[in-house]
Amino acid sequence: MPALQALQAEFGFIPPEAVLAVAEALNLTRAEVHGVLTFYHDLRTEPAGRHVLKLCRAEACQSMGADALAQHTLGRVGVEWGGTTPGGGLTVEPVFCLGLCACAPSALLDGEPVARLTPERIDALLDGLA
Amino acid sequence: MTTRLFVPRDAGALAVGAEDVAGALAAGLRERGQEAEIVRTGSRGLYWLEPMVEVEAPGGRVAYGPVAAADVPGLLDAGLLAGGAHPLRLGRPEALPFLARQTRLTFARCGIIDPRSLAEYRAHGGYRGLERALSLGPVAIVDEVSRSGLRGRGGAGFPTGIKWQTVLRAEGTPKYIVCNADEGDSGTFADRMIMEGDPFLLIEGMTIAALATGASEGFVYIRSEYPHAIETMNAAINTARAAGLLGAHIQGSAFSFDMSVRGGAGSYVCGEETALLDSLEGKRGMVRARPPLPAHRGLFGKPTVMNNLLSFAAVPTILADGAEAYAAIGMGRSRGTMPIQLAGNIRHAGLFEAGFGMTLGELVYDIGGGTASGRPVRAVQAGGPLGAYFPPSLFDTPFDYEALAARDGLLGHGGLVVFDDTVDMAKQARFAMEFCAFESCGKCTPCRIGSVRGMEVIDRIVAGERTSENLVLLRDLCDTMRLGSLCALGGLTPLPVMSALTHFPEDFSTARRVAA
Ligand SMILES: Cc1cc2nc3c(=O)[nH]c(=O)nc-3n(C[C@H](O)[C@H](O)[C@H](O)COP(=O)(O)O)c2cc1C
Ligand code: SF4
Ligand code: FES
Repeated sequence: MPALQALQAEFGFIPPEAVLAVAEALNLTRAEVHGVLTFYHDLRTEPAGRHVLKLCRAEACQSMGADALAQHTLGRVGVEWGGTTPGGGLTVEPVFCLGLCACAPSALLDGEPVARLTPERIDALLDGLA
Repeated sequence: MTTRLFVPRDAGALAVGAEDVAGALAAGLRERGQEAEIVRTGSRGLYWLEPMVEVEAPGGRVAYGPVAAADVPGLLDAGLLAGGAHPLRLGRPEALPFLARQTRLTFARCGIIDPRSLAEYRAHGGYRGLERALSLGPVAIVDEVSRSGLRGRGGAGFPTGIKWQTVLRAEGTPKYIVCNADEGDSGTFADRMIMEGDPFLLIEGMTIAALATGASEGFVYIRSEYPHAIETMNAAINTARAAGLLGAHIQGSAFSFDMSVRGGAGSYVCGEETALLDSLEGKRGMVRARPPLPAHRGLFGKPTVMNNLLSFAAVPTILADGAEAYAAIGMGRSRGTMPIQLAGNIRHAGLFEAGFGMTLGELVYDIGGGTASGRPVRAVQAGGPLGAYFPPSLFDTPFDYEALAARDGLLGHGGLVVFDDTVDMAKQARFAMEFCAFESCGKCTPCRIGSVRGMEVIDRIVAGERTSENLVLLRDLCDTMRLGSLCALGGLTPLPVMSALTHFPEDFSTARRVAA
């Protein structure tokens, strides 16, 4: 797993060739490595967009309007959960709790925490992305 | 001496602009030719006031909040460095009712000290616990922890002393200490706050656990959603090692122990202890059947202490001040304090550490100030995504392991999530099933398939299709999941579902839904 995490940190995703390489290096079968890869929600088999927005969908954020916020965001960007915009600019993913539940609703934008989100704040953040 | 200003670097404070505030303060001071040191701290846990800035004024600390970067010039002009008057001035932080009503043992330093400074940790009482532990030896340490009445803070509430005793007696070397910092429950953030705000506390707690059980190596398994916690923890571990508080011959004794951080990869079920062990070994996080207990055969098949972060973090205080002082607080079989996390739609959202026994009503209304939206409270989910929803009519329930269980709920990791009257409880029940389906490790059919069926059945009930028949089906399905699941993910998902159905039946009837 640390090998896969390191690959993802380096390349942003884990290409099929890498699965074979990791399997050989660690003396595992390809199926075993594939099993690990598909189990963890964080690990990607395809590249993500240049920016990644992880919107919290869990209960504390729901209580502060996360569902409406998600609809607004997905609608504005024009993707489904997990989708990437056609130009490869932005990927929007669901996440279940970021530990920012006292400032809900919240998200991670390119790894930086953002909270007390409103549709206006999301719009401003997305407008600010290059 | 230069005046010290304190600005949190806690992820929750950063998420609402603390970095910009720190930047504006530095720039403002420069412009005015004033001198002050900006110390980055953890959070005090009064999140509705974050970013909360404090200044060490001549008469003691003075707090201001919530401060936006745009407020900074005005604050400096108002004499911030001397604790001057300003509409955002809150006064002495300890005098704020939210803090004054707490019993802070685990969170005694969080938000006050520089979390990366070992000197400050020591100056505020740190490492007194390890010092006493070194003089006591393993058997007496375990005895002290047992007498304190400490129970696991990760969910199951198992007595920590008994767990340590088992590992102390277990054959096999090396032995391991594993800290469960996966903190997957929605509505909880206490583990994160300690890692970001007082990381040496965890290092000290795990070191005492190692001394007590004869372990030589430790791991902190931190979820990937917590990049800041991972960074601060790593920095603190390096500092402790450089100071001879980790590594060979700690403090010149015969005892050696070292530890490191491992990151998770976004899986809720990896918080379950046996799945976490698999994950630490680099595999898929599959739940294992017990026995064998991790205490006998845990990480790499060796005896392993696995505890929640808050369990380890309670130990230095217990050792430093004695088991009796800790056990004197609390109610019934729940001894000591619990860092309660008030979250969701609540006015005073934050961390409230108190002895067990306050009622849900006191926590939600008196401490929490009701909803953030100003609308009536309709439900509180206690204990995370596997915990029950309580209506206000049950708000006399004390916050205590047994009292919550007696009302078909659970205390879990101490989170309370408040919902106002706009909540749709059928939707919450459906979400519980959806979450279970999404996070299931796949080993048990009732959990893997039952949860998907559960979503479909709730959809049909809500659509008004053969409602009474489908309600029976939903209850049966919950029974099957409860009885036929290996771990609490499948086994306890029925709690939120059934509590929603029992306490809020009107949300499952078509009539109300059409009216709404
Ligand atoms: C699905 C599931 C998720 C869990 N997640 C966590 C978690 O995030 N953190 C935690 O400390 N315990 C979690 N637990 C409980 C652990 O299995 C275990 O009981 C705990 O780490 C033991 O430590 P304690 O005795 O100090 O509470 C989880 C259990 C289940 C079934
Ligand atoms: S109940 Fe669900 S998560 Fe738990 S072991 Fe069974 S399939 Fe895995
Ligand atoms: S529920 Fe969204 S951050 Fe915790």
